[in-house]
Amino acid sequence: MNYIPHTKQEENQMLSAIGVSSIDDLFSCIPHQLRPKSFNIPSGKSEFEVLEYLKNLSQKNATHLLDFVGGGFYDHYIPAAVDVLAGRSEFYTAYTPYQPECAQGWLQAIYEYQTVICALTGLDVSNASLYDGGTALYEAAMMAVRITGRKKIIVDSGVSLIYRTMLYAYTSNLSIEFVETPVAHGQSCREDIYKQLNDQTAAVIVQNPNFFGAVDDFSDIIQRVHHCGALAIASVYPVSLGILKSPGEMGFDIATGEGQSLGIPLSFGGPYLGFIAVKKEYLRQMPGRIVGATVDKDNQRGFVLTLQAREQHIRRERATSNICSNEALCALRALIYTSLLGKNGFVELANLNYQKAEFAKVVLEKVKGVTVKRSAPTFNEFTVCLPKNADEVVGKMIDKGFACGFPLGRFYKGMDNYLLVAVTEKRTKEEVVHFANSLEASLCS
Amino acid sequence: MNIPGNLFYTKDHEWARMEGKIAYIGITDYAAHSLGDITFVELPKKDEQLEQSKHCATVESVKAASDVYAPLSGKVLTVNTQLVTNPELINQSPYEKGYFFSMEFSKETEKAKLMDALSYQKYLEGISA
Repeated sequence: MNYIPHTKQEENQMLSAIGVSSIDDLFSCIPHQLRPKSFNIPSGKSEFEVLEYLKNLSQKNATHLLDFVGGGFYDHYIPAAVDVLAGRSEFYTAYTPYQPECAQGWLQAIYEYQTVICALTGLDVSNASLYDGGTALYEAAMMAVRITGRKKIIVDSGVSLIYRTMLYAYTSNLSIEFVETPVAHGQSCREDIYKQLNDQTAAVIVQNPNFFGAVDDFSDIIQRVHHCGALAIASVYPVSLGILKSPGEMGFDIATGEGQSLGIPLSFGGPYLGFIAVKKEYLRQMPGRIVGATVDKDNQRGFVLTLQAREQHIRRERATSNICSNEALCALRALIYTSLLGKNGFVELANLNYQKAEFAKVVLEKVKGVTVKRSAPTFNEFTVCLPKNADEVVGKMIDKGFACGFPLGRFYKGMDNYLLVAVTEKRTKEEVVHFANSLEASLCS
Repeated sequence: MNIPGNLFYTKDHEWARMEGKIAYIGITDYAAHSLGDITFVELPKKDEQLEQSKHCATVESVKAASDVYAPLSGKVLTVNTQLVTNPELINQSPYEKGYFFSMEFSKETEKAKLMDALSYQKYLEGISA
């Protein structure tokens, strides 16, 4: 594509049309002390010089580390076909599919993505995707507030601190009361939740597996939540759903999650993928785009954006949400990834993750001074207690070539010696043993 | 346009049929006709307290969502749940089968703010003129 800059004459024409004397005037609302002094861009570098410079910059990233970090984002293998198919210009350059007559391919892809999310979560309807796991959880919380007309939300502290922080930030100008309930021995404290539950409660929010990696069956809690007329919301790790009881089976009303693990590469800041699925009765309160299947005038199957009366461009200030877009390319990657694996492959993937993590538990337990928390079952991530400050150990392990885990002290008080370790299908038996040996060496030094 | 003589009307095209202390509420033939095919209706909950002229329900047609305002203040007694599965009743029978809910109205004086059939008809003529 050609880069055609505006001429000085065109700039002046545009400025006079809007009644502004200079381009600088357009930025007059930004205080002077907040403006950049200089962009420090050297002039006149050759393409070769720029490439060398950027290459050196990128080499400062520690991309060689063996990854045992999870905490909501996981190092899964992404088949090459995902990049190739999602990068096709038919998808990559297409505009948002408002017009069904020229966007059947995209609409079908989103419809199939929605089908995948419903199948994974065991719930009735999914939207066309949201920005990330955190915003999806916020949208779920607001759905519960709208549906119940209540303003108190109970949040289990096993929900990622990133998500809790987002919930509080997004609702800081709304009068919504959040109450956090504790986790003990890795699992949600039932009695504390029940004590808080009353006729003012809009929802109870939990995460499965929770931030410590623990897996739970929340059916008992959900029953009590429904008895109070509140909604049960779960944030889930999609890969774990290959072998775990689904949110739908447990009785959750809304399931959300981060879709990064479905074929989207780890990157600092995304773009990632938020998903949300709900029971059919709450469809009208679900935010965002929904693609539906229909038939055209010749009775042939086709796809359209549907139920748009919930959305901002029609309902204006009474719309269900300010979401009027989706993460189309990331949702497409998730669709291609799950389609390539197939149902059996997905179950196998989940099993591999589970078994490799169980193997890692056994190996790490043999490291002197290390205990693995075994009070609750886990999926592919678990908590270990170290004889030293976990943050320091993480630093030492980077020197040995490992991103060895997430130090829980960063999110939870009094857990400075605890490390959260994730093991995906990418980690080999040899790597796990090497990891344990290196950890032992780090603890001795 | 059908405007029954025994009902009272608002400028937002809601109607109320008073039977003693109880009022049945819906939207007028004119409103249903203007919206086109109604596909969904969001109704108030039983026992909900409504305030005159405040939002009490939402109707969706294929391309629009419109708010419905309570013609009177009071408590919702029964909700016409038929509309949830058959919203087209609002188009077919706006004053009978397509009523939204019944309520026990609390302020007798509020009736003065409503129009009778003749005034509503003149009001509609004013709109179309």
